[in-house]
Amino acid sequence: MSMTLIEKILARAAGRAHTRPGDFVVCGVDMTVLLDLQFSQDRLDDVVRVNDPDRVAIVMDHAVPAPSVREAAAGTAARAFAKRHGVSRFFDVGAHGIVHQVLAERGLVRPGQVVACTDSHTCAGGALNAAARGLGPAEIIQILCTGSVWYQVPPTIKYELHGTKSPAVDGKDIFLHIAGRYGDATNHAIEFGGPALADVPMNQRRTVATQGAEVSADFTIFPADDRCVAYVEAHAPGADISPVLPDPDAHYESVRRVDLSEVEPTVGLPGTVINNCVPVGGLRDISVDQCFIGSCANGQLEDIETAAKVLSGRRVAEGVRLIVTPASQQVYLEASKRGYLATLVEAGAVVTNSTCGACFGYHMGVVGPGEVCLTASTRNFKGRMGSPEAQIYMASPATVAASASTGRICDPRELMGEVRA
Amino acid sequence: MTAAVSDLRRCGRAWVFGDEVNTDEMFPGFAMKMSIAEAARHMFNATRPGWPDLVQPGDLVVGGRNFGMGSSRPVPLLFKELGVGGIVAEEFNSLFLRNCVNYGLPALAVAGIREKVAEGQNLCMDLPNASVENTTTGEKLYGGAFPEFILEIIAGGGVLAKLENDGLLQKASSEG
Ligand code: SF4
Repeated sequence: MSMTLIEKILARAAGRAHTRPGDFVVCGVDMTVLLDLQFSQDRLDDVVRVNDPDRVAIVMDHAVPAPSVREAAAGTAARAFAKRHGVSRFFDVGAHGIVHQVLAERGLVRPGQVVACTDSHTCAGGALNAAARGLGPAEIIQILCTGSVWYQVPPTIKYELHGTKSPAVDGKDIFLHIAGRYGDATNHAIEFGGPALADVPMNQRRTVATQGAEVSADFTIFPADDRCVAYVEAHAPGADISPVLPDPDAHYESVRRVDLSEVEPTVGLPGTVINNCVPVGGLRDISVDQCFIGSCANGQLEDIETAAKVLSGRRVAEGVRLIVTPASQQVYLEASKRGYLATLVEAGAVVTNSTCGACFGYHMGVVGPGEVCLTASTRNFKGRMGSPEAQIYMASPATVAASASTGRICDPRELMGEVRA
Repeated sequence: MTAAVSDLRRCGRAWVFGDEVNTDEMFPGFAMKMSIAEAARHMFNATRPGWPDLVQPGDLVVGGRNFGMGSSRPVPLLFKELGVGGIVAEEFNSLFLRNCVNYGLPALAVAGIREKVAEGQNLCMDLPNASVENTTTGEKLYGGAFPEFILEIIAGGGVLAKLENDGLLQKASSEG
């Protein structure tokens, strides 16, 4: 029986020959990930025994270094937990970064695996061909203790990519284009394919997969093509890799053709991205107070590089704050060695430590009432980044950097010298 | 069917919400720095301020499409803290629905429910039968039934209670 990507991965993890949408399956989990904030909220202290400490990672990311005593105590609890249960994959402050970045760059999420973590953007691992998704804190404790999880196999929506993308168009734009046109994918898996996928680099696939949570998809998965396998081999040298490709005659609930040559730099309007995105050219005179480039979706090295290129020799506009948060210590280090951070600081940006920070309105860049924020992070819900009276627009790092320098939401091609009049 | 499962019926007064109600509305980011009891006082602070003072123990929540989209924050604990008996929605985000199951909050997806309920009317949701009845109007609708193992988790008060019973988790030393 032919299967889509998610059907195939879940079948394998459940030890079954095949699955179809609607089936309930019980799967072994390859990697379960705990985050700093869970140690102050959840009952991790009460865990008697971890099923398999080698399949667990702890990543300090949401609020590090501790902004208050509460998070400091969570850090202490995380260190004690790692020690007590023998969890060696512990990315403490200094080796930290945003969880989905850390998992990818350390080779801890690989093709065909099942990955579980409380952050809803765990679907980021789908770019690496994993059945990765966010689960609630109670369920994560259950997986820690038992090593397995149940899923109901979702029907799959397939996006087939065709055509040639403009260099000014990022994975963020592809995602916003799709979210604006096709809306949500609640209780579905999203799969990407088509001839133009080969031209979409891994960092952009990771942005797209990460954002799948914003259209409410259960899983957002890419096939393990050559690019994907090369990425995983580079980050997990020597690891066993079992790439999964969909069957050619798999059944999809719908197949949607996306012509990348039609995708423009796109902006998500405040509230949600679902049926709520417009090409940047459709927006006029929206001035911004804060611009943010960071998060698991767009704090990657390539994103910082883009921001540095756009802002090289330019200044952040008067009255605008630009906050740049590299997604991990590794990204921070590399961006620093390459001079990107110096360029950004020279332009007037604030470069912060690697953390979730402003993305979820917790610390380091919270927005105030009446402010307008343009963000390259994951989520534009009302109140997400601070005051519920702030407006949050979403766009690619290029669009955010360009807008930071003009002080209004603008097309990055205006500054990159390739705007078509 | 165990006695606990057949007992999964909840009747109460309805509060009606719209489509795409997200987790950040229900459990604002700033409230993540608080205890569950405190955080519950801030539910819907941006979109329906004051609601935590109006809702009464036993009330039910009715939602629209894609209810609970967003993050994994344990929103069902806040609803339970305010005494909400259960949630019926046109459609749930799957992460949110799993959270309801895993924290033992009855939840049922019933297409068409929102047109059949006005705020303040009385509803009875019956999980084993996957039905919801508007007892004010007498109309009854059916949703998709959960498999028995999921009903058992809800009836048992969620996964943490089960882990405690199985000796995998120490009895609550702190708040869930
Ligand atoms: S950066 Fe934002 S979306 Fe990503 S893991 Fe952190 S809080 Fe979640």
